[in-house]
Amino acid sequence: LRKNVEDFTGPRERSDLGFVTFDITADILNGKNGLQTSRNKNTLIIFDWNVKQLFLYLSAEYSTKNNALNQVVLWDKIMLRGENPRLSLKDMKSKYFFFDDGNGLKGNRNITLTLSWNVVPNAGILPLVTGSGHVSVPFPDTYETTKSY
Amino acid sequence: GWPGSGGIRGGAAMDLFGDLRRMNKRQLYYQVLNFAMIVSSALMIWKGLIVVTGSESPIVVVLSGSMEPAFHRGDLLFLTNFHDDPIRAGEIVVFKVEGRDIPIVHRVIKVHEKGNGNIKFLTKGDNNEVDDRGLYKEGQNWLEKKDVVGRARGFLPYVGMVTIIMNDYPKFKYALLAVMGAYVLLKRES
Repeated sequence: LRKNVEDFTGPRERSDLGFVTFDITADILNGKNGLQTSRNKNTLIIFDWNVKQLFLYLSAEYSTKNNALNQVVLWDKIMLRGENPRLSLKDMKSKYFFFDDGNGLKGNRNITLTLSWNVVPNAGILPLVTGSGHVSVPFPDTYETTKSY
Repeated sequence: GWPGSGGIRGGAAMDLFGDLRRMNKRQLYYQVLNFAMIVSSALMIWKGLIVVTGSESPIVVVLSGSMEPAFHRGDLLFLTNFHDDPIRAGEIVVFKVEGRDIPIVHRVIKVHEKGNGNIKFLTKGDNNEVDDRGLYKEGQNWLEKKDVVGRARGFLPYVGMVTIIMNDYPKFKYALLAVMGAYVLLKRES
């Protein structure tokens, strides 16, 4: 997974708004069962006969003075069984506004972006899985006044 | 003798009454007790589920298409609501808006949690363009733990359609109850 931060915050009603652009490279393989070989720790076998779809989402997790834990979903995608399990998205803009509850984005050095997914079966348990690999991005110390997003 | 009540329908009705008259009082009490036992057991199982899952409504039926293509109207969801389970982005929660009866099944897209455990979060249906702020109470921007009925942990497709049909066509519900009642009351254990 590779992500880049390009722009950053502008205040709106006293809340910080962050802008992030990112690349996503993910490999979610089709497979027959849930076995993991010790050689390929990163190869998760996910799509089997009981998987209807995956709901993928990119979430940003960080701490601020106001809140000990914040999670904001920036982007999501539904991947049906049969669709290409390899994602290679470049220069993606976040689908949803990255508002903080307060002003905690300014100067925040540690925003962790993680790709996770919800496995939706044809029938049965609904697990949430976090992909391996995540990226930390920092936000700058000053607000940007021009809108170059 | 009976007054003429011609045809096959008359014959079946006579059989039914014949059955009832033939049962003496003791058998009737036995049947009623049997019926009461079945109802009590069902209630106990339901209450047991409520205790084990921690949710006031551990099984819910999906009523709208706002979570398609994952869930469709008529699908059944199994919920848990453990107090220590944190609410995290990506989870599917069932919540009730204050003052409204209908539970809504949507996904958590924003979470802000304070150090003392106070959580506020925002939800959105997968199939909706915008988040749920329009669905919340006037002036309410976030949901809290107290609004949550449970977290969706498992699901079965189509099975919940029966309750939707019974809701939309009450005559069907009464007919079903009447048939079930008649069966239980008249069934004999040899």
